[in-house]
Amino acid sequence: MAVRIQTEDFNAGLEISQLSAKRRDIGALVSFVGLVRDLNDGDAVSQLTLEHYPGMTEKALEAIVSQAQQRWDIVDALIIHRVGVLQATEQIVLVAVTSAHRGQAFLACEFVMDSLKTEAPFWKKERTAAGERWLEAKASDDEARQRWNPS
Amino acid sequence: MKIKIFYFARLKETLKFSSEDLELPDDLDGLSLLKLKAHLANRSDVWRQMLMGKLKVRGAINHALVDDKALINDGDEVAFFPPVTGG
Repeated sequence: MAVRIQTEDFNAGLEISQLSAKRRDIGALVSFVGLVRDLNDGDAVSQLTLEHYPGMTEKALEAIVSQAQQRWDIVDALIIHRVGVLQATEQIVLVAVTSAHRGQAFLACEFVMDSLKTEAPFWKKERTAAGERWLEAKASDDEARQRWNPS
Repeated sequence: MKIKIFYFARLKETLKFSSEDLELPDDLDGLSLLKLKAHLANRSDVWRQMLMGKLKVRGAINHALVDDKALINDGDEVAFFPPVTGG
């Protein structure tokens, strides 16, 4: 299990292949890569700045991974999240989960992303022609996280 | 008691600083996050708007997300920030 916060880009293919290397019990590897869109709320976005809370961010992500481990039968998990200034089309985040079977890996990967979106202390500021603005949290992200809670 | 407070994102930009060390009177029995917000809001209208205004503010104590009822102890690291928007 690994959690990394970094300013530099990552090689998703390399990271994914390293996650399953030297193991023969992995039947499924599910990954998600988040990218910087060039359009948000109808405005062209040229640049995104990601701020975070050093110390808390790592703990929050580790807690999310350990919840996923308790809930699903997963072999390994990796989260890489970039911070700093990113341009449109650049990679922001990678979540990869390995498991013996696909069902557990799909669920765990989506749970990690939904939890990251609502619990990990990152904030995005985007630059448009009109200037810079902080993104507002979306109710749909809270709802996506809510559905993982036992009803 | 002494605590450290961090501010992030919109809050940091509003204040033009990102952290402060705060000494609080010891008679603040059972200092909740809400009580601390109210204490800070008394500094000025800018502070009141920022912490008790329309825009939601989340809080953390010692790197854990908490609600307004959470209690703060001597030496704690407190943080205030907008709802998170990573990923």
